[in-house]
Amino acid sequence: MVSLIAKVGALSFDKPGMVASGIMDETGQSMVRMLGCGAGAVVSKSVGMKPNEGHANPCFTETEGGMVNAMGLPNPGIELFEEEMKVAVPHGKIIGSIYGSGPEEFGALAGKMEDYGACAVELNLSCPHAKGYGMEVGTDPRMVRDIVSAVKSAVDIPVWAKLTPNSHILADIGMAVQEAGGDAVVAVNTLKAMVISPEFARPVLSNRFGGLSGKVLKPVGVRAVYDLRTVLDIPIVGVGGISTWRDAAEYIMAGASAFQVGSAVLTEGPCVFECINEGLEAFMHDYGYGSVSAMEGAAHERGGRSNRECDRGVLRHQDVRVRME
Amino acid sequence: MIEESYDTKTFVFGWNEEVRPGQFVMVWVPGLDEIPMSVSGINARTKSITVKAIGEATRKIHELGVGDRIRIRGPYGNGFDLSRGEMLVVGGGVGTAAVIPAIVQSGADAIIAARTKDDVIMDDLARRYSKDLRIATDDGSMGFHGNAVQLMKEMAAEKRYDCVLACGPEVMLYFTYKACQDLGIGCQLSMERYMKCGAGICGCCVMDDMRVCKDGPVFDERQIPLLTEFWKSKRDPCGRIVSLR
Repeated sequence: MVSLIAKVGALSFDKPGMVASGIMDETGQSMVRMLGCGAGAVVSKSVGMKPNEGHANPCFTETEGGMVNAMGLPNPGIELFEEEMKVAVPHGKIIGSIYGSGPEEFGALAGKMEDYGACAVELNLSCPHAKGYGMEVGTDPRMVRDIVSAVKSAVDIPVWAKLTPNSHILADIGMAVQEAGGDAVVAVNTLKAMVISPEFARPVLSNRFGGLSGKVLKPVGVRAVYDLRTVLDIPIVGVGGISTWRDAAEYIMAGASAFQVGSAVLTEGPCVFECINEGLEAFMHDYGYGSVSAMEGAAHERGGRSNRECDRGVLRHQDVRVRME
Repeated sequence: MIEESYDTKTFVFGWNEEVRPGQFVMVWVPGLDEIPMSVSGINARTKSITVKAIGEATRKIHELGVGDRIRIRGPYGNGFDLSRGEMLVVGGGVGTAAVIPAIVQSGADAIIAARTKDDVIMDDLARRYSKDLRIATDDGSMGFHGNAVQLMKEMAAEKRYDCVLACGPEVMLYFTYKACQDLGIGCQLSMERYMKCGAGICGCCVMDDMRVCKDGPVFDERQIPLLTEFWKSKRDPCGRIVSLR
């Protein structure tokens, strides 16, 4: 019997996949819809102190194997967001994503999210396209430590920190979260990126640069989770380019306890969660993983499977390919 | 480029992409807001958009001439289902542009409605394809004296329709829906909301839990009763609720 239950610290999720922040999660009813699509939880849009329109259009464009966005953290502000949470919270687990300019704002926002019924807060320390927020506060380990400490003393619910891949000191930032008492890290947010129109000889996005997401991001995210797993003791939630069960399995084997899906909601539709769950369950059954935690970190040498088992796995995979062709 | 009226122009551009009637594209001219526009003409190698000058971006687009460049991404959205029996296609104001490809491809009966005869657009084109095209103007300066919904009810009394396809101001769509309910016939309405990504990911254009850009923009009689925000409220760019009435 295979169980898809995922544990991230003290929290337990019926399904290991969550909707990543920024995807179909600005309104209460959108979040309810996604909970009904096989997601174990929904991470809300990142919410700040005041209503924010975000960047002017164009703020999104497709690119090879992914997409680049510079939404600029549009949200109705923490006060009005209470109404959206009221609609969503009775239907399942909502993780409240928040962004602030420093420890004080983060603490205040987290308190509100806890009041609204969020099961955890996710600190946006990683948005690559908002001046004074996101990765601008999330790439300095000392600032990260201060923010996580402030939030930890403000709330009782678990505190997750979403990290940016746009840093050469990712492990140090992860350690800062852990040392400040953070309950989990979420890795990774989008990669800072730009798309230029040759005809117009200028960047397409109004903000000039944005964040790259989608399939192309997956190997970057898997590497980040793998490296974080080697230094951290707290759980890791993997995110970045997951659209199939294989992608999810990679993240889990790299060391993630659960995972999030974002861009694939566009490319595959909201039903992507059901497809991933089914595929993951079949894989776990075939390869003898009884639970998500049994698969967690399996790609690390200490946790890896014996050569014989690996060989068998590869052969079986090839068998399938041959039959398909 | 075609002048459709004193404030509306059609821009034809080379584009091979396959587009279905009722789909839209995101249109961008450097330095301006990127905006969603219905595709108003579908040929194999060319497509068109029909733009009414109402805001900063649309006024600037009007200044473009032959050879100038625009950036198009898409097509997005579901489009109309043209296999729903005997159809009546209704276009109101510049919303007419969004239903023209449905008229061209189906040859169905159609209504083009506008405030005055000067605001009626694309009627010559529609007349070449529609089995029975009628015009309605609010002031009676052309065709039927009254609004689209009144004329629709008249035509439905003359002939049996299975489904009404419509695009226009939300108030027109609302009363079209009510009339279709009363008549016991189906309807497909093309909706509009403020959009950012246009592709179904950011969720800022939702009506209830449906993304207008991806699940719509066309919603049918089974979905519309679930859209409690229809002709009631919309969301601003921050996601705040704004009343429509």
